[in-house]
Amino acid sequence: MDIKGERYRKLSRRAMILGGAQALGLLTLVGRMVHLQIVNADQYKLLAEENRVDLRLISPLRGRILDRHGKELASNQLNYRVSVIPEQAGDFEATLAQLSGVIPLPPHKLEAVLRQAARSRRFLPVTVSDNLTWEEFARLNSIAPELPGVQPDAGRSRFYPYPPEFAHLAGYVGQITEDDLAKLPDDPLYMLPEFRIGKRGLEHYHDKTLRGVPGLRRVEVNALGREVRELTRDDGVPGQDLVTSIDADLQRFTMQRLADQSAAVVVMNVHSGEVITLASAPGFDPNDFNFGIRTDVWKALLKDERKPLMNKTVQGQYPPGSTFKPIVAMAALEAGLIGPQDTVFCGGGMRFGSRTFHCWKRGGHGSMNMISAQEQSCDVYFYELARRMDVDTIADMARRFGLGHGHGIEIDHEKDGLVPTRAWKKTRKRDRKWHDGETLSVSIGQGYMLATPLQLAVMTARIANGGYAVTPTLVKANAKPGRAADNFPPVGVTPEVLKVAQDGMIAVMEGGRGTAGRARIRDWPRGLAGKTGTSQVRAITAAMRAGGVPKNENRPWQERDHALFIAWGPVDDPAYAIAIIVEHGGGGSAVAAPIARDIMREAFIRDPCGLTGGRPMVAEAELHERFLDGHDHHDHDEHGHG
Amino acid sequence: MADARAARNRYRLLMSKVMDLHGSMMIVLLCIAGIGFAMLYSVSSGDFGKLAGRQMVVFAIGFTCMVAIALVHLRWWWKLSYTIYGVGLVMLIAVEIIGDIGGGAQRWLDLGFVRLQPSEIMKIGLVMALARYYHGLTLDEVKNLKTLIMPALLIGLPSVLVLRQPDLGTMLLIAAGGTTLLFVAGVPRKVFLVGAVIAAAGAVGGFYQLHDYQRDRVFTFLDPDSDPLGTGYHIQQSKIALGSGGVGGKGFMQGTQSHLDFLPEKQTDFIFTALAEEFGFVGGLTLVILYTVLIGYGFLIALSARNHFARLMAVGVTTTFFLYVFINIAMVMGLIPVVGVPLPLVSFGGSAMMTLLIGMGLLMNVYVHRNVVLSRQGTVPLARQGTVL
Repeated sequence: MDIKGERYRKLSRRAMILGGAQALGLLTLVGRMVHLQIVNADQYKLLAEENRVDLRLISPLRGRILDRHGKELASNQLNYRVSVIPEQAGDFEATLAQLSGVIPLPPHKLEAVLRQAARSRRFLPVTVSDNLTWEEFARLNSIAPELPGVQPDAGRSRFYPYPPEFAHLAGYVGQITEDDLAKLPDDPLYMLPEFRIGKRGLEHYHDKTLRGVPGLRRVEVNALGREVRELTRDDGVPGQDLVTSIDADLQRFTMQRLADQSAAVVVMNVHSGEVITLASAPGFDPNDFNFGIRTDVWKALLKDERKPLMNKTVQGQYPPGSTFKPIVAMAALEAGLIGPQDTVFCGGGMRFGSRTFHCWKRGGHGSMNMISAQEQSCDVYFYELARRMDVDTIADMARRFGLGHGHGIEIDHEKDGLVPTRAWKKTRKRDRKWHDGETLSVSIGQGYMLATPLQLAVMTARIANGGYAVTPTLVKANAKPGRAADNFPPVGVTPEVLKVAQDGMIAVMEGGRGTAGRARIRDWPRGLAGKTGTSQVRAITAAMRAGGVPKNENRPWQERDHALFIAWGPVDDPAYAIAIIVEHGGGGSAVAAPIARDIMREAFIRDPCGLTGGRPMVAEAELHERFLDGHDHHDHDEHGHG
Repeated sequence: MADARAARNRYRLLMSKVMDLHGSMMIVLLCIAGIGFAMLYSVSSGDFGKLAGRQMVVFAIGFTCMVAIALVHLRWWWKLSYTIYGVGLVMLIAVEIIGDIGGGAQRWLDLGFVRLQPSEIMKIGLVMALARYYHGLTLDEVKNLKTLIMPALLIGLPSVLVLRQPDLGTMLLIAAGGTTLLFVAGVPRKVFLVGAVIAAAGAVGGFYQLHDYQRDRVFTFLDPDSDPLGTGYHIQQSKIALGSGGVGGKGFMQGTQSHLDFLPEKQTDFIFTALAEEFGFVGGLTLVILYTVLIGYGFLIALSARNHFARLMAVGVTTTFFLYVFINIAMVMGLIPVVGVPLPLVSFGGSAMMTLLIGMGLLMNVYVHRNVVLSRQGTVPLARQGTVL
């Protein structure tokens, strides 16, 4: 009708404009596509890949800690646990309520679980309880199918098969703390909730090698972070097993022998330096720390006056008392101040300056030479040496035998002890001048002198092995096989000088009047050479002495003397050395020496380093005869079998 | 006898119409829908029945309706145009009232056997009503501003109702579609200039009337990286999906962004992104070209028609189609704020599919009836009555 009309022309024109505009619009879209998909494609490809791929860690199995024979001191145990996936559970709290009917879920734990659940994504499992018993786990498995989202599973967790015996040695692991993070170099493992870090002992010192290298899984994830499939997998490297030089059975024997004493024992190979026992009593259960220790257990450990958390073998510093006397004797002899046979008269005390220094024996020992003074542990003899000697001369000898400095043993918290010198005293804040009277205290291992049981063991080993500077090790692979002479430098004493220390210690056991004669090994003649020590915890004042020094048994536990004993043997071919301290145990000869004897006998027989031959030298029949002879009667009565 | 002849004639006429259906346009339609099926199959990770199968059923029904609509004589559509608009308006009001009573907005009307979305009817109804209105006016009358009152009401009423639902996307489609129809009908340019100023002012004022989520979308559009995990997340992820598709795409069913759920609403509003991720620039461009061809056909059909109602209706339907395409694709590429507009014939969903196929039906109707002459009063000259079905 009006196909050529004005209305149509107008429409055509406007339709052209509209069509053009639409074409332009579509062209804009194409331009944008070019911009996104061609110009900037690489950038977006990268972003898409970042979206898609997530890196997930696989925690490596922690290396075990083994004794020298391969016995496990720390292992990885199946850990039965239960997790709940909130997304699948629906009503999370109701599920927890149902679970609490089967497994113990105290309110504080419940709260912690709810808190954790609130923090994490709803499709990720929340660990509700771990370290379940098998019974609990079995019950759980029977109801789990009825509870959606409940997952009983078994992971790996640290396990210490001998809880108290190796608590200090193996140490323990625990959850990583903010403090740990601040101190340690970054390791992606820290992000894993099940990761445990070595907190104490070998676990701590060797954490790096035990830990291993985490595996890595590249997984494809969706927008919620849920895993869709695995792209690549690298299983990582499990932690290395740590083979220690320890003989587990000997250490267990030692701990049992110590009973509930507060004590420390170090037994080492005098040639290789291998420490075969490093025992600190009382112990505790390191398994308690794995999942966070209970507050009451922790508080009890902290409050215990016997300090169960302390590794007394390397961390405890004690005045060595009379066990230090062989060193003082050697120092005096080397300095040419006195001959081995020269005598000093002991009348029970010695006047020095304004003070009287008393011998432990009130009546005095009479005439003493270098050997008998050690045998009977005469204090006055050593006061006399000290009077003639400078403290630095003693210190020099002490340091050569391993006192006053750390040995770099492969465990944490090793202390240096203290060997006082004039120079050392100058560094103090107050009372910086050395008083000669203080040298007298040092000569009997008191005063400022401090040594760790490990240092005493090293000292004993160096005396025993012919004067070679053996250093202790806890790692079997670090030990140097063969004789000490082949591997360690001499400490630099002449055989004559060393001989007085050795002979003095032999006399202590074999001399007839020795302080530890009763602690000889009955079925192993010339088994031990030793030296007793009794170190005062409290200075005995003149007033106390006047009123009569109370016997140890009558003093409060904390004020009783420490009982010490060092020994090496067998005398004719030294193999092992021991140092023992029984805190507030009383006297070295009465308390420490018998324990040491039993441990050393066990060491000789077990002979982990293959040095003694491992068989008692005296046959049972002959032993019986000797027993009937009455020679060792007391020993038998007091301590039973050795 | 006479009845039989009439029937035969009618059959012959029908067959001639069927033979005259726009074949290449239908092929383009099928191609677009086919791409849609493939993408729905992909985003449902190969679960045919979940999306693609259902979409095929809807498409089959819609396609049948389209053909039926194309074959009905144009005059009937002229007659029904106000009625359809009126029904749409009443239903929009009904939805509004039910929403008020029921508490909370809703967009659809449940008639028991079927759920109708009145705004979809309105998209068609408005185009038809405006086309009929301007069909009845001379160019001089069009230039008279008084004649603008009626169209303003026709556009304004449903726009306000739809915006209250609230459905910004549909409102834009309706308002923009209606306005372009006025433009093509010959309304003076100065009206559009003034209208643009008023619209700008209205937009600024209206911005403060928007719902929070709508306002967030505008902010997010202006700076999509500011809040990557919040409202900007969708756009950011969509751009990553598109960009990472590159030239050739990641391969069918290999789109990481869509299959790992980084892409939101991938089966509806963001299906273009899924396509461009898996088939890259090549895939996206192919679809845009197909749409362009379809839109081009629409304009050609409009210009070939011999009556004004048909021309306006064809331009209106085509423009509505274009707006769907443009708003959706521009939105997923971050060119305009996020508005809920599906991609025509590709996005999953029955309502939009039906609306668009009905629109295509009307377009084809115009093509089939391109030679029909319609008086201003809607009467067909006697000489041509034989062609009335």
